[in-house]
Amino acid sequence: MSELNDLYQEVILEHNKNPRNFRDIGDADKMADGKNPLCGDALRVYVKMEGDMVSDVAFKGSGCAISKASASMMTQAVKGRTREEAEVLFNEFHRMVTGELDADAEDNHLGKLKIFSGVLEFPARVKCASLSWHTLNAALSGKDVASTE
Amino acid sequence: MIKVVDAKANSDFSLDLTFNNGRRKRFCAKPYLEYEAFRGLQTIENFTNVSVSNGTVCWPDDLDISPDTLYLEGTDLDDSGTGAPSALDWDVEAIRRDFPVLSQTVNGKPLVYLDNGASSQVPQSVIDRTSKYLAEEHSNIHRGVHYLSQHATTAYEAAREKVKRFINAPDVKECIFVRGTTEGINLVAQSYGKKFIGHGDEILVSQMEHHSNILPWQMIAEERGARVVMIPMNERGELILDEYENLLNERTRIVAVTHVSNSLGTVNPVKAMIATAHKFGVPVLVDAAQSVPHFPVDVQDLDADFFVFSGHKMFGPTGSGVVYGKRKWLDAIPPYQTGGGMIRTVSFEGSTFAPIPEKFEAGTPAIAAGIGLGAAIDYLNSIDFKAAAAHEHDLLRYAEERLGDIPQVRIIGTAENKASVLSFEIEGIHPHDIGTILDQQGIAIRAGHHCAQPVMQFFDVPATARASFAFYNTREEVDKLADAVLKVIEVFA
Ligand SMILES: Cc1ncc(COP(=O)(O)O)c(C=O)c1O
Repeated sequence: MSELNDLYQEVILEHNKNPRNFRDIGDADKMADGKNPLCGDALRVYVKMEGDMVSDVAFKGSGCAISKASASMMTQAVKGRTREEAEVLFNEFHRMVTGELDADAEDNHLGKLKIFSGVLEFPARVKCASLSWHTLNAALSGKDVASTE
Repeated sequence: MIKVVDAKANSDFSLDLTFNNGRRKRFCAKPYLEYEAFRGLQTIENFTNVSVSNGTVCWPDDLDISPDTLYLEGTDLDDSGTGAPSALDWDVEAIRRDFPVLSQTVNGKPLVYLDNGASSQVPQSVIDRTSKYLAEEHSNIHRGVHYLSQHATTAYEAAREKVKRFINAPDVKECIFVRGTTEGINLVAQSYGKKFIGHGDEILVSQMEHHSNILPWQMIAEERGARVVMIPMNERGELILDEYENLLNERTRIVAVTHVSNSLGTVNPVKAMIATAHKFGVPVLVDAAQSVPHFPVDVQDLDADFFVFSGHKMFGPTGSGVVYGKRKWLDAIPPYQTGGGMIRTVSFEGSTFAPIPEKFEAGTPAIAAGIGLGAAIDYLNSIDFKAAAAHEHDLLRYAEERLGDIPQVRIIGTAENKASVLSFEIEGIHPHDIGTILDQQGIAIRAGHHCAQPVMQFFDVPATARASFAFYNTREEVDKLADAVLKVIEVFA
C-alpha cells in the first residue's frame, strides 16, 4: 500500500482514531458549522478567546479520516495562538493544499501540518482536509456557517 | 468486438445474421414507411444483395441506406427454449473485449470498474457509430433538404425507432429524446404539473428516490400549492405496499417511483404499483435509469404512463435520454421548452405547436448522443440480455457472500428482489476513505450519499460505499473488491 502513504500516514490514522479536542465548549465565544455538501461531512468548531488569544478550541461532528485528523491537528496548532497567527496558519494551510504554497521550499509556520501536503495528489479529498480550517476561519470572523463549496 | 460473419436475406424482408460469437439472429427490416429514404428497401432485390465485409453488413451501392434501418433487435434463431438462461451461458471475457475502457490500468493496476450505477462504459460499436456520425453525417436534422441533413435525420429517427422497440412502446412518437433522466423528469413534472396539479393536490414519491425524482416534484408542488407525500420503505429497503395503497386518494395526481433504487439496488414491483394507482385513476412515472441497463423492460406490460431513462447508464453516451409517455398524456400537456423545431406556426399573435414528439423537443438535440443510444440498443440486442442479467445476479450474490463474510462490513439494502447494486459501510471507516483506498488499487466505486439523502437518513449513515456491477464484470473483480476491503480494514486497524 505504499502509494497511500502520502495520504494515510500513521499520524493521520492516529488522529482519526483518537481525535484531540473532540468535544464541545459550553461557554464558547465563537462557533461555526462547516459542511461539505458533496459528501455530507459536517462539523462544528468551538472557540474560546482570552483577549486576542485563542485559549481553547474544540470540534465535534462526523467526517472521513482526513477531515477528522485535519480538525484534530488544527485544534492543536491554533490553541494558544493569537487570532492573527491563526489566520496566517489558515492561509498557509489553504495555499498548501491547493498547491499554491510549497511547504518544503518556502517559509511557513505549518510545522506538523505539512503532513497534509500529500492531499494534493488526491484532488477529490482537498476539501476534506480544509473543511475544519474554513470553519475555524468562519468562527473567528464572526460568521456561523462555512461551506467548502 | 462482435462482428457479422454471414448474412442471408429471406423473402419476407428479414435478414439472418451470424455473428462471430456463434449467435444467429433474425432481423426484420420493415422500414419506417414515412421516410422517403426507406422506400428502396421495399423491393426484395435490394435486400438480397446484402453482403458482409469486415464484420459489417454491406448494402448494394445504389441503395442509399445503412444497416441502421434494420431493427437490430433480432430474434434468436438458435434459442432452443430449454429453461432460463444461466450465468454459465455468459462469455464474459468475450464481452469485455467489446469495451475498450476496461483494458486500462489505473494507478498501476488493472481497472476494476464497479461504478456502473453512475455511468456504464461504452462498447466499441457505440464509439464507432458516434464517430461515423461526426465524421460523415454531422448536420442539423429535420430542417435540411440536403444530403447530410437527410442522412442525419434518418439515423436519428432510426435511433428513436430502436428505443421504441427496446421498451416496447406502442408508437414511436411517444418516445421523446431528452438529455437524460433528470431533464426527463423535470419535463414531466413541469408539463404534467401545469395542466393537472392544483392547490391541495398530492404527489406520491417514494422514500428511495434519487434527488432527481424528488426535487422536480417539490418545485412544481410549491408552484401549484400541492404537497409531496412520501411512500415509506422498510428496514430491508423495500417499499411498504400497504402504506402506499393507503396513501392513494382522490387528491393524488401522480405517483413517481423508481424501477430500481440506485442506492439500495431494490427492484420495486412497479407493475403492481401501477395497477394499484390506476384503480384510483392516478398515472405513474417510472424512473427507469437503473433498470434499463439490467433487464429487459416493456412499458406496455407495465402499463407505465411515463417511463424515463438515461443513455449513459445503459452503455450509451452522455447527453442522451428518453421520456416515454402515453399519447393521451403527451397530447394533453403543454410543451416543456419552446423554440425551434417544435412549432406548427409562429406569429406575434400566437403560435401553435407541432405534434409529439417534436412538441417536446425544442432546439437542436444531442444528435450524436441519440444515434449513439440507438447503437447501444443495437449492442444490447446483439447479446443475450437475459444471460447477462443472470450473470449480474451471480456477481451480486457472490459479492454479498464475500463482503458478508467480513464482520466489520454491513450491507445496506437487503431487499428480496435486487439488481446488481451493493451498498455497504465498514464499521468506523468513512466511505470516502474506502473509496480513495480502493481507487489506489485500481477499483472504482462510488462513495457518498448517491443523491439519495432521504435513504441515508433512513439508515442513519452519512454516506455509503457502493459497488454496482455490469455484465462485463467478473467474479475475479469481486474477489479484488473483497480483498481491497480487507486491506482498508487493516490500514485503519
Ligand atoms: C435512479 C436514478 N434516477 C435518476 C438519475 C439521474 O440521471 P441523470 O444524471 O442521467 O439525469 C440517476 C443517476 O444517477 C439514477 O440513478
